[in-house]
Amino acid sequence: MSSISGIEPVPSKPLVTAAQLSVALPVLAVLLASAVFAAFVALSGQNPATVFGLIVQGGFGSSFAWQDTLSRAAPLVLVGLAVAIPAQAGLVIIGGEGALVLGGLAGAVVTLPFAGVHALPMQLLMLLAGALIGGLWFGLAGVLRQYRGVNETISSLLLSYIGIAVFHHLTEGMLRDPASLDKPSTHPIDPSHMLPTLPGVGVHAGLAVSLLLAIAAHVVLRYTRWGFALRVVGGSARVARMIGLAVNRWILGASVVAGGMAGIAGAIEVAAVQGTANSSLIVGYGYSGILVAFLARHQPLAIVAVALLIGGMQASASLLQRRLGLPDATMLVFQGLIFVCVLVADAIAQQLRETTRR
Amino acid sequence: MSVPQVELKNMTKRFGANLALNNVSLLIRSGTVHALLGENGAGKSTLVKCLVGFYHPDEGHIQVDGREHRLNSPKDADALGIGMVYQHFTLVPSMTVAQNLVVSGARLPAYINWQSELRRLAEVTKKLPFHVPLDVRVSQLSAGEKQKAEIVKQLYLGRKLLILDEPTSVLTPAEADEVLGHVRSLTRAGELSAILISHKFHEVRRFADDVTVLRRGASVRTGAVADLTDDALAEAMIGEPVSKIVQHAPKSPPKSDIILSISDLRVNGDNGLPAVKDLSLEVRAGEIVGIAGVSGNGQLELVEALMGQRDRSGTIAVSGSSFNGTRLEIARLGVYGLPQEPLKNACIDRMSLAENLALRNFDRVPLCRGIAMNYGALAEQAERLVAQFRVKAPSLTASMSTLSGGNVQRAVLARELTQDVRLLVASNPTFGLDFVACEETYRRIVEARNGGAAVLLISEDLDELLGLVDRVLVMSAGRIVHEVSAEGADKRVIGKYMAGMKAA
Repeated sequence: MSSISGIEPVPSKPLVTAAQLSVALPVLAVLLASAVFAAFVALSGQNPATVFGLIVQGGFGSSFAWQDTLSRAAPLVLVGLAVAIPAQAGLVIIGGEGALVLGGLAGAVVTLPFAGVHALPMQLLMLLAGALIGGLWFGLAGVLRQYRGVNETISSLLLSYIGIAVFHHLTEGMLRDPASLDKPSTHPIDPSHMLPTLPGVGVHAGLAVSLLLAIAAHVVLRYTRWGFALRVVGGSARVARMIGLAVNRWILGASVVAGGMAGIAGAIEVAAVQGTANSSLIVGYGYSGILVAFLARHQPLAIVAVALLIGGMQASASLLQRRLGLPDATMLVFQGLIFVCVLVADAIAQQLRETTRR
Repeated sequence: MSVPQVELKNMTKRFGANLALNNVSLLIRSGTVHALLGENGAGKSTLVKCLVGFYHPDEGHIQVDGREHRLNSPKDADALGIGMVYQHFTLVPSMTVAQNLVVSGARLPAYINWQSELRRLAEVTKKLPFHVPLDVRVSQLSAGEKQKAEIVKQLYLGRKLLILDEPTSVLTPAEADEVLGHVRSLTRAGELSAILISHKFHEVRRFADDVTVLRRGASVRTGAVADLTDDALAEAMIGEPVSKIVQHAPKSPPKSDIILSISDLRVNGDNGLPAVKDLSLEVRAGEIVGIAGVSGNGQLELVEALMGQRDRSGTIAVSGSSFNGTRLEIARLGVYGLPQEPLKNACIDRMSLAENLALRNFDRVPLCRGIAMNYGALAEQAERLVAQFRVKAPSLTASMSTLSGGNVQRAVLARELTQDVRLLVASNPTFGLDFVACEETYRRIVEARNGGAAVLLISEDLDELLGLVDRVLVMSAGRIVHEVSAEGADKRVIGKYMAGMKAA
């Protein structure tokens, strides 16, 4: 014993633990982005304090603001999960927008033949159809990666454009409701099939669905052997194969489930908000989901919190426009700044880890 | 420019709280080969990195021909004629040797007159004892030729002090002899001085004039090689008297039952070309079969195919059942492995020590019931294994990457060898490990064999292999070209087969 302990020094504990770092980094990134954003609005002639005040007011300042924020958070949670679940398996899939719009389209058309049927099975059918199509869409990226060596980040992004194009093609073509003149849409779903409003909250039931799925994802990833195996696959495919895990299946599974999440987000937007599939689905939720997941460090419960934050920011955009005449895109600038800061913080943390290891 | 006498005086270098070099002095006499011996982490590479200007010592200085110099960057070292040959090749594979040499010059003109450069190059290299084909692409050279080309590059650049960092680790014994022999004759002729980093005693004995032993950052022994015995060097290296390098357990006659049977195995390498060609072999219960070979002759692909990490054709059977590396088969047939570089190839660096110890059985009772993990049981198992195998770590929840190399290996040994092992595949299991961890690895492998397991040991270190195995197979160009029992093994014959100089 003594000879061994003499030669092998016990490494000292690092100054900051990984867990502390994973909270501190995103917070720092948001603070830094806020500082840059403050400079940005100051340059466009506004008082930063006023702007931040309005963001808080517009996102969280009233029950109406909260309703707006929460109904935006619902899809953001799901598209955030669509990035975070594959991230556990080491994938960076950013094509949530494509899976979302196609899932929405599937949800919009699947119940059309069943007008007047009891609502609950139809609502479930819509979500299921969205999940299936979204899962299929991400599954394609997974297949391309595992069997053809195509980078999943690029393929999922490009598939997203294809998905949007297919969506336009169908909603403006064979699935178009001739009555939708200025805004090509599918036939509206039976109004009785729309998702109900949650009593007491004033937000549609899609919020509950996304919260339940986030909790489910948390439990599965954290407390089951599936989550464990997925982390092994994400940590090293080589080692996963050595211990006998079927890596291809795990990667495909994670992709399909993730695509399903994005697809459900689209179906909820149709079943709770739009009532039809139309271009209002294509508002960038899929891309915001990337930000949500990265800021939450791919932790499902943190995704809920971050989705609220980003949802609130987006909800406040119209207030900024009305009160200060700031363009609609101001919030996109803020989001973009946060994203860049998160990526930079990640890169710096990575570098720190490597230098301390040496 | 004559060959300078280089002296490092009282070098001290700290990395944070870690004292990497502690007042080390080193004198390289003009025209000699000075060997640096020491375990991994003893400070050898820190010392030479100070000498080539990568690191700046906190205290101490460097004297060349009695004059003090500050080396702020590798450029300063270059100006003094100090150059380094790395363990891994630094030539551009897609360029010819000549092109590599020309572009290695520090001051390249914007326009290169290849005609005149190549003529000048031919002049320079003609005088060297090394013969390297100049107009062949580096990717087509053998490892020995590449190593020679690296040295030629240093000489072409006018370097007078060469630092060779384990230059023979990728060479066959014959190639190693040739390369080091040339270096030695150049130093004898007074054209060069050299620092040879090695941990092979026989190399030091044959090719070095002086030797310095480093241990934990301090110079513990220095002197002429001729004055020091191997035992004295080994003792200085590990800081205690050496019992014996490998305790080869008494052999029991191998049992008759065949555990591993591979037939007509074909595996492609990463480049899509066949790397393992129609390979067949058998390993019986209670024997260690070694596969010797120079790296890159299909051993990696063989192991990966065996462990289910690579597509293949042909059959692999364990205890008579076909084996494809699924979790079920691994557990039922008892197939486990000790890969090289365990942190990279057997562990998930960002998962915790406890989780890494559970990779083999995380989905079985008691660690898992149904689909629910029992993290309490996982921690208990980790605690038990850590105590049993004396793994040192900040905590059970520390991420694997915070452990030292030896402790990562202990953790992998704990995980793999506490299973019901019937076939153990060990691939360069001691690569990069310190003395104590090597010893322990050997002991555990022999124990597994004595417990009735079949062991396939792939190693590029022939001494290690011959010290452990019962039977040696030599692999060259994807095939088994030679087989001999350990008693009848002759290193020179094996070396020839390794080099592909004899066909099967």
